[in-house]
Amino acid sequence: MTLTDPLDGAGATSLASPGHLQRLTPSADPVLEIRNLSVDYGYDDDPVHVLRQVSLTLGRGEVLGLAGESGCGKSTLAYAATRLLPPPGLITGGEVLFTDRSGVKTDLLRLNETQLRASRWQDMAIVFQGAMNSLNPVYRIGRQIADGIRAHEPKTTQKEALERAAEMLDLVGIAPDRLRSYPHELSGGMRQRVMIAMALALDPQVLIMDEPTTALDVVMQRQIVEQIAELRDRLGFSVIFITHDVSLLIEIADRIAIMYAGEIVEDAAALDVYHRPRHPYSSALLHSFPPLRGPRRELIGIPGSPPDLSKLGGGCPFRDRCEFAFDACSKVNPELVYPNVPGDDPRRSVACLRHDPAAVRAVGEEPLPVPAELSQT
Amino acid sequence: MRFFLRRLGFYVITFWAAVTINFFIPRIMPGDPVRALIAKNQGRISTDAEAALRTLFGLEKETTLWQQYLDYWGLILRGDLGTSFAYFPTPVADVIAGAIPWTIGLVGIATIISFTIGTVIGSGIGWRRGTWADSLLPISTFFSAVPYFWLALIAITIFSVTLGWFPASGSYDRSLVPTFSWEFIGSVIYYGTLPALTIVISSISGWILGMRNMMVTVSSEDYVTVAQAKGVSERTVLFGYAARNAILPQVSSFALSLGFIVGGTLIMEIVFSYQGIGYYLFTAVAAKDYPLMQGIFLVITVAVLFANIVADFVYGVLDPRTRQEG
Repeated sequence: MTLTDPLDGAGATSLASPGHLQRLTPSADPVLEIRNLSVDYGYDDDPVHVLRQVSLTLGRGEVLGLAGESGCGKSTLAYAATRLLPPPGLITGGEVLFTDRSGVKTDLLRLNETQLRASRWQDMAIVFQGAMNSLNPVYRIGRQIADGIRAHEPKTTQKEALERAAEMLDLVGIAPDRLRSYPHELSGGMRQRVMIAMALALDPQVLIMDEPTTALDVVMQRQIVEQIAELRDRLGFSVIFITHDVSLLIEIADRIAIMYAGEIVEDAAALDVYHRPRHPYSSALLHSFPPLRGPRRELIGIPGSPPDLSKLGGGCPFRDRCEFAFDACSKVNPELVYPNVPGDDPRRSVACLRHDPAAVRAVGEEPLPVPAELSQT
Repeated sequence: MRFFLRRLGFYVITFWAAVTINFFIPRIMPGDPVRALIAKNQGRISTDAEAALRTLFGLEKETTLWQQYLDYWGLILRGDLGTSFAYFPTPVADVIAGAIPWTIGLVGIATIISFTIGTVIGSGIGWRRGTWADSLLPISTFFSAVPYFWLALIAITIFSVTLGWFPASGSYDRSLVPTFSWEFIGSVIYYGTLPALTIVISSISGWILGMRNMMVTVSSEDYVTVAQAKGVSERTVLFGYAARNAILPQVSSFALSLGFIVGGTLIMEIVFSYQGIGYYLFTAVAAKDYPLMQGIFLVITVAVLFANIVADFVYGVLDPRTRQEG
């Protein structure tokens, strides 16, 4: 078991486990780059902009956590990046660049139907949040794992595919004789393990997990998360782990991106987010749940509720709930910039006007300094 | 296997209940319709037939109710349903045996055709919901909303009277001797086409609508999205995942409709003078032929039960969840 303890040692530099080599070079060898991805819901004249110019880079072998409140667009991002967005969702712009093992980049959004089917599962697999409904109730699980394998490797016989499926089940700690079970004969945790086994059957390079543990109890959550971390170390795939449970992310993720109202507001190494949040929303999110270890701290909820995405004007979408908001926040929507804190990791970024004096001056306002809560070192 | 045995046991009990009710209904009827019938057919009913009739209708005042009940079961299990008045002296069992193949052959095949085509069209429309395909729905619904007898009469007017393509009534050319010759079979198909067509047209919309709606529901299930994400072919997603689950409720309504084939096509057989079971039921009612009516009711009950058994077994094969013990 090599799950890293995020709280051993005071800072990122003292971490020793091998997985952290990748953490220091997150975007040097990207496997998936999402660029300016925008998604609207609704075909009429007044669609809701659910994702607005989201950019995200996933390094090879990296676990990227994506966190945010319900309705902030986390799952939409996962569905859009895999082109599984159900109607009335519509991708209105952007690129999803996938880099295969030989270094060739393809834009998944520009593949035709045949190329897309060939790429799915092979390059990028996805585990959905509905562990209970993700398996076809009328087929044995072996057949369901096998048909994914055979769709991509037509020369494989059903027998070979089932043997592979048995190996995959073994990998996630399920007895291979369970191949002949129907989904209703398995517990929720087992079903989610079967889904993970199924997702890994073709050795994909990217695994997107959309709240894979939401429907499970905490003990099972823990086991699943540990299993994913272990398999990642063994097989070397990259993970986008989507959840609203930030404490879980700090345990598993190398890097965390915080989403708010369809935008990424902060993107940094997991421990930096945990110890040194730079965005007021990240900071508030971290103070809204008790720490698993370490000293006790006061819990503070985030006042108000997320904005109605159909009624967003200009300005920062978080300003109404932000204790550090000032005049400029209603005039300009902040973009991701390097935090205005000396000595920060050069790869982290934050979308807050407190860190972006240039944007504040551009609209004729007086910049305010970064508050002490957002500039801890 | 235990699942199937348990279901079978359930049906045996249901059959017993149905026959028992069939036994008691004439006995709790006010007045004595049978005595009146016997009086009306004075001299034309043989002593044997009269005895059987008395058992069937509970007129044996000298025996206990329990003895009557046992005798009734004895008659039923021997296939003796009494003697028909309207077709005297033919036994009811023979009348029904002569009529049933026609009904099952014509209506059964029409129902199967309607179910198959309707389910296939329904899954297509459901899979491509929101496209031009949806405009097929109002057309098919129109035909099922039209009263059947009217639709049948219009069909006769157009195809038999005006165009002369099909015969207006009957089930085969009366100049032929019923044998298993190609000529006779061809004639049966020729006479059956128009009735079958009207049945298909009036019933297909239910199958289309049912399947379409289930497809829409199932298409948004997670396992269909997972199948898409797995990159299996569109065919596999459609037939192996979406339609495979959407068809389950269709199967149970199909079984129910199979049960109603035997009794539910009265109007078609009257309009087309088709010599099926519905036609005989109609004549039995007109002639106050109680033994025949009672026999037909029993046959309908058994048919519905049998269709349900078949549905249960097919459902058990198609859906592993129903095989669960408990």
